[in-house]
Amino acid sequence: MYRYLIRRLLWAGVLFLAVTIVSYIIFFLVPAEPARLIAGPQAPPDQVERVRKQMGLDDPVIVQYGRFLGGMMPVSFNGGPHLKHPSLGRSYATRQPVTEIIKDAAPVTASLVFGGALLWMLIAVPVGILSALRPRSLLDRSAMVFVLIGISAHPVWIGLILIYFVGYKAGLTPLGGYCDMINPSTDCGGPMDWAHSLILPWITFAILFAALYVRMIRANVLEAMNEDYVRTARAKGAPEWLVMRSHVLRNAMLPVVTMLGMDIAIALGGAIFTETVFGLPGLGRSALQALEGFDLPAVMGIVVFATICVIVFNLFIDLLYAMIDPRIRLS
Amino acid sequence: MALLEVNDLRTHFRTDDGIVKAVDGVSFEVEKGKTLGIVGESGCGKSVTCLTIMGLNNRRNTITSGNALFKGDDLITMKPGRLREIRGNDIAMIFQDPMTSLNPVHTIGRQLVEAIQLHRDVTRKQARARALELLKAVGIPRAERRIGDYPHQFSGGMRQRVMIAMALINDPDLLIADEPTTALDVTTQAQILELMNRLQREFGSAIIIITHDLGVVAETADDVVVMYAARVVEKAPVDSLFSRPHMPYTWGLLGSLPRLDTDTERLTQIPGQPPSLLNPPRGCRFNPRCPYVMSVCREKEPELLPISNDPMHLQACHLDEQTKDREAAKLLSGTMAEAS
Repeated sequence: MYRYLIRRLLWAGVLFLAVTIVSYIIFFLVPAEPARLIAGPQAPPDQVERVRKQMGLDDPVIVQYGRFLGGMMPVSFNGGPHLKHPSLGRSYATRQPVTEIIKDAAPVTASLVFGGALLWMLIAVPVGILSALRPRSLLDRSAMVFVLIGISAHPVWIGLILIYFVGYKAGLTPLGGYCDMINPSTDCGGPMDWAHSLILPWITFAILFAALYVRMIRANVLEAMNEDYVRTARAKGAPEWLVMRSHVLRNAMLPVVTMLGMDIAIALGGAIFTETVFGLPGLGRSALQALEGFDLPAVMGIVVFATICVIVFNLFIDLLYAMIDPRIRLS
Repeated sequence: MALLEVNDLRTHFRTDDGIVKAVDGVSFEVEKGKTLGIVGESGCGKSVTCLTIMGLNNRRNTITSGNALFKGDDLITMKPGRLREIRGNDIAMIFQDPMTSLNPVHTIGRQLVEAIQLHRDVTRKQARARALELLKAVGIPRAERRIGDYPHQFSGGMRQRVMIAMALINDPDLLIADEPTTALDVTTQAQILELMNRLQREFGSAIIIITHDLGVVAETADDVVVMYAARVVEKAPVDSLFSRPHMPYTWGLLGSLPRLDTDTERLTQIPGQPPSLLNPPRGCRFNPRCPYVMSVCREKEPELLPISNDPMHLQACHLDEQTKDREAAKLLSGTMAEAS
């Protein structure tokens, strides 16, 4: 168990290095001049040159990358080893520490992703199971039509349609924007406003995955119902609800747990669309803005943070899986 | 009265290609404490017969008729709730593949306890004690420790022992074993059969053993039903069947047993394929493969009738008795030594 954890963490380190190196290289291959952006379009060449020196932008890529890694360490060796706050640098555009940008944006994305995941499971689990129990029924066929639409339609389109009809025409929800749940900085705030402002983003975000999960859960349940051990349970005289709960669903849901872990990570990427359509100040939108401004520290900070989230999440899912499936032992 | 009396049982499945008559007019009885062997090739309807008796077919696409009287009550028309009380309690079943018949996510202890608590109002502790007792009875070594293990931690033979323990845990009057040894290797097969024989003596259950292996029948059964293409073609006490087999299909089965006393390289086989149950052949269903086929066999289906001087031995064949006795004697001169 511990050996497994250590091996996983070492791999996580390798993955982390690989992701940041690739991001760095891509950024330096792009023909842009960060120093010019920082100094401003009207600045004379000598001033741009000074900024470049000051920011260390004239150093080789490898040195800059080393400085970036060093900044993230919680220990500094400058003038003897001492503890310090890990830093991701400051944004070129706003001079704001990148950690603060992330601290502001992460709760928005987390609200969107986890709320969305909860919603898609709330839709997919009952619909998937009922479709499997009554294959070819009206419910099953309607569910399959929903699946087709959900998979085919792009979240941007779904988002815009929802805003137009639910938000604009019916006036049931805000057209966009975000309300903080705990510390309201704008005129709206608190859990109610928070949920109200996120209803449409959640739906937009959840439809694709709900569709995929209805199909997956339906297939898993159908398969599990034909397993020999389910027949054994019936032969023992178990009533149908017990057969479903204890024998069919328990086995059918195992792969869903793994998929959920992977998909929440993938969904982080999908959040960019939803955040953009609804004007949510989350990680996806921040990353998009940073990219447009060639704001390397901000981009790197968000990439690093997302990478850590994905790694931690996958590790958590693997541990959870070992707990619920006795055939998996971590060794 | 027989413990189980099956009369003219028919199980038909609706499929996209038409109606598959998987069981088509099967009748037999099982006496209390006795063993009935049901023999036949794959797909002849042996398993479906038993699943129908247990009410375990998918109800959606199945048409069932006839009856199966268990202690006088018809299992076919019985209410699902009442049938559930009988399943696992009065009639228990063991399946062919022990590797997939146990739920992989529950410990065997939990699965055994579940089997008891579905039918008996006992505490978990009492149920566990009973489960342990059964695991010991079926010969699981270190049962106290293994009761908390998961199915994947057991070998195939051990899993089949667990299945047997689970089937016998409520002292059923009838145990249906659907090819219980087919998925196991030969030495394990012998152990499992020996175990079933011993437990039958201890528990006094009647057994229906489904198999395609005449060796298994010879070792365990009191009576034998030979099925071909969804029908019973011969039915007899085991001694009578092996000493005077009366149906060319049974001869084929006996003839295809491996023999040690001849030098032939290939096993003898029955030529041809079992017929499609969507469109069974006219007349005797065995006629396309029968070496003794006559023109009447293609026209008229033979009835299941007793042979002369043995009312317990029924067979369905148009051949005359002299030919049958002569052919059977020829066949048996070598085979019996192997089969029994």
